[in-house]
Order: sequence, then structure tokens, then C-alpha cells
Amino acid sequence: MSTVRVENIKKTYDKGTVIALEEVSFEVKSGELFGLIGPDGAGKTSLFRILTTLLLPDSGHAEVAGLDVVKDLWQIRRIVGYMPGKFSLYQDLSIEENLNFFATVFNTTVQKNFHLIEEIYVQIEPFKKRLAGKLSGGMKQKLALCCALIHEPKVLFLDEPTTGVDPVSRKEFWDMLDRLKARGITIIVSTPYMDEASRCDRIALLQKGKILELDSLEKIIARHPQNLYAVDADNAYQLMKDLRLTPEIESTFAFGEEQHVTLQSLLDGEQFLHQYLSNLGHTGLKIRKITPNIEDIFIKLMLENQ
Amino acid sequence: MADSVIYTNQLTRKFGDFVAVNAISFEVKRGEIFGFLGANGAGKTTAMRILCGLLTPTSGEARVAGFDVYRQNEEIKKHIGYMSQKFSLYENLTVRENIQFFGGIYGLSRQELKNKTEVLIERLGLHDEADKLVGSLPLGWKQKISFSVAILHRPKIVFLDEPTGGVDPITRRQFWDMIYEAAHDGITVFVTTHYMDEAEYCDRVSIMVDGAIAALDTPAGLKHQFKAANMDEVFLQLARGAKRSDA
Repeated sequence: MSTVRVENIKKTYDKGTVIALEEVSFEVKSGELFGLIGPDGAGKTSLFRILTTLLLPDSGHAEVAGLDVVKDLWQIRRIVGYMPGKFSLYQDLSIEENLNFFATVFNTTVQKNFHLIEEIYVQIEPFKKRLAGKLSGGMKQKLALCCALIHEPKVLFLDEPTTGVDPVSRKEFWDMLDRLKARGITIIVSTPYMDEASRCDRIALLQKGKILELDSLEKIIARHPQNLYAVDADNAYQLMKDLRLTPEIESTFAFGEEQHVTLQSLLDGEQFLHQYLSNLGHTGLKIRKITPNIEDIFIKLMLENQ
Repeated sequence: MADSVIYTNQLTRKFGDFVAVNAISFEVKRGEIFGFLGANGAGKTTAMRILCGLLTPTSGEARVAGFDVYRQNEEIKKHIGYMSQKFSLYENLTVRENIQFFGGIYGLSRQELKNKTEVLIERLGLHDEADKLVGSLPLGWKQKISFSVAILHRPKIVFLDEPTGGVDPITRRQFWDMIYEAAHDGITVFVTTHYMDEAEYCDRVSIMVDGAIAALDTPAGLKHQFKAANMDEVFLQLARGAKRSDA
């Protein structure tokens, strides 16, 4: 059963000159943790705002829990939780006051749904009298998540909750999402960090308003075999330059200390690269054939869609 | 310290009882790409503000581009470049206007500005966009222009605060090409990032934990020291031990 259904949704701004979403379609199943992955400007926020009834699409159709995002907006607003990318709580209310306010607006109490937020709330409870505007980034994020959860939503929309967050805190945040998912909440989360794809049941790769790929990470990777090699040498800067010089090499991009090199034909890359780079005087060469990761695939899809 | 562009010794900054930066000592050499990592709340921003001449330390020593952070902070501001995702360009000015505005602020003469603006537009391949509002350009382009503007006055050092956040994977790598080029030209690069693969591109990396520098070495040295396969693992090992966090 699908909880979110998006059919040919199109959205433009500035009298049609800026295309935010180009006929986007997908479905999210009930209880799924679904990731929208793409850089700034991909259309993630526009999509979230349409699904949470805050923005009208130019055309197309979308449903949340069987309700129409245009006609049934008041019903949808009662059953979804939305955490915008930009902090949008009341800066001049305290943690406690913000939380109570949101519970009251949704006709419930903090006590009634405390079990949903307890694990997150205890971390900010020592500061409950502090004004939201005076909180650190991490605390604001936790308060916003509590406020989005306090009415026990069926579907939770999280717009870039981990942007600008360090790698340790990002992992902790995703662990928290796993536990919310275990409670049966459908979660749609957007992120510019490609490595977070592995934390989602399924993902949509979004770029310039178009879905480039949509499936589980494993299936997407299996669909895009590449003649791909990881190459390392003593002089990394020279290596990067030299790999860009020969037509047999389709693309080369830095991945940490290595270059990921895609070869044009199905030639034996290890042999070819070894010979090519040795002839140019490179030492300390390490070359191995690798399976592409999500970022390799995103780059490939971007190049194909240019 | 003859060839060091940044020198700190026991540099400390307190806010009341809270020790944001706790006796950090390090040097950054000319032309080096120095990665400044740490968890949210570890003290990176405070340290960076001191080094940019925006905040006075409580105690300890620091010199940036040869100038003292206590007495010569105005000189520091003239000799550095700065770029972050939050503060980069004016959206409602055109590309050309932004270049001229920031070039003017950094003290370039009218003639220098004129020449440099055209050279820069040429080099970035932005002929058709030069008179468009910056707000209408994709983020990746803004970041590239913003970086170019930050080094327009040929500073000794450029501070980059999470320059690649939210940028697509290709543009992110093109941005690092620009960093390499600048370093190659002798500009020292001081950069913060939450992308651990980018830490690998730095010549040396420091990792702050609870206000102190918990580790500082080349990426290879750090991976060896912490018996880690990549910088992500190094970071996790160090930052997991942190007592204070952003909460």
C-alpha cells in the first residue's frame, strides 16, 4: 500500500522561467523510510512543500494517505509532520512553550504522545526554559523534530535535517529515524549527502527537478555497471592531471585519496592504466577494479543528463 | 615560524566559565591546504573567528599573515580572504557588480579592478552571465565565483567555512580543483568541511574535540595512527569520545 503517491507533478517559478520540478512521479509505501537525494536546487524543498499542502503544483496530482494535496489540505495538515530545512519555530518561545503550543494546535497534549519524543526530548529537557532563538543548531534540530512528532503523524517529512551536521551527529540522527520507522511512521527525508542513501529503504536521486533514478540502493547500483577503477599514486596532483589527458578515459574524479577512473571501452583497465601511468613516470601505483558507489552513479547520471 | 602563515601557541578563548577554545597550538605553512575539522560545538567557529581578526582571544598567542591577533586585527582582515556558504555574494547584484564591490572592499585600485574583473569572468567562462543577478545562478556557480572573489586581492591565506555544503558531486570536485590551483599559486588554504572524503584532499588535517586539538597530521599519518581505513573512521574514533556537543 502506498502512503504517498506523486503523479506528474510540475512546479515552476517566476512565470514559468524557473523549473523546480519537471513531471515528477513516484510512490512511497506505508512504513517506508524514503530518501530524496540531491544537491541544492534539485527541487527537494518544492516537492516537500507541495506534499505538505503549503504550495500548489502547476499541474499533476499528489496524494498523502489517500488524500488529495490540493482538495484535502486541512485533513492532510492534521496527519503529517513537517520539519522544514530552515528553522521555523517561535524564536521567542521557550523549548517547553513551543512543544506545548504545537500539541495544543493539534488538539493533543505533550503527555499523551510523550513516548514518541521521549528519547529525543530528554536530550534538550535540561534547557526547557531556554528560548528557541537562543539554542545551538543541534538543539534546534531536536526541538523541531519533537514538534513535528508531537501529534503522532502518519507521515513525517524531514527537509535536509542533517545539512551542516558533523558525521557523528549525522549517524546518531539516522539511528533515531530507524527507531521512529520501527514505530510504523512513514518517513520521507531529503539530503544532499549521498552516503546517507544506504540508510534508506529506497531512494530517489533528484537533480534539476528530475528524478534520475529511483529504487533501493542495491538495485540502483546493480543497474549501472561501470568499467571503474580506483587509482592511487605517490604524486596525487600530477595523477589527477595525467588521467585527464587520454581519450580512453571517460571520466576521472577524486574520491578521498584515490581517483575513480571510468574507461571508455571494455579494455582491461588495470593493465592499461598501469602501462599508461608508468610511462608517465608515476610511482607507488595502486590500481583496482571497483563497484561504483552512489556518488559514482550520481556523477554518471549527471553527465548523461547534461 | 619564518614560513608559517598561521602560528598559534596555547590560544584560548573563554565565554564566562565556558572554555570554547582550550590552549590550541599549531602552525600552517605557506601554500598548505589545512583541513580544520571537528564536531558541531567543538570550537572551530570560535577559533576561526579569532584567526580572522573578528574576536579577541582570552589568552595565548596567535599570528596570522605575520600580524598579531590582539593588536593588528585590522591588518589581518586586509591580508586574508574569507568565504562561507552563509556569507558569500550579494544575490541582488550582478556577477560583475559583486566582483567589483568585493574587490573594492579588499582595496584594489580602479584600474586593477577593471582588469581583474574581466580576467576572472573570462577564466570562469561567465561571459553570458556576467550581467545577470547572482541570485539567478545555480549554487555551484555562486560558490565558484565567491571563492574567486575571496582571493581576488591575492591574500596570503583564504579561510573557507564549509564551502561545498549542498553542492552536487561534480561541482564539489571542481571546487577542489580551484583550491588546489590557489594553493599551487602560493595561497594558503584553511578549510572546514563535514565531507570526510574532502579531508583526504588536505595536506594536513587537525581535528578539534571539546575545544582542544585532539589530532593533527597528514591524512595518511592520521589513518596510520588510528589504524583506520579512511578519514571518516578517524573522525568517528575521535569525536565519539567528545564530552560536549552541540546537544
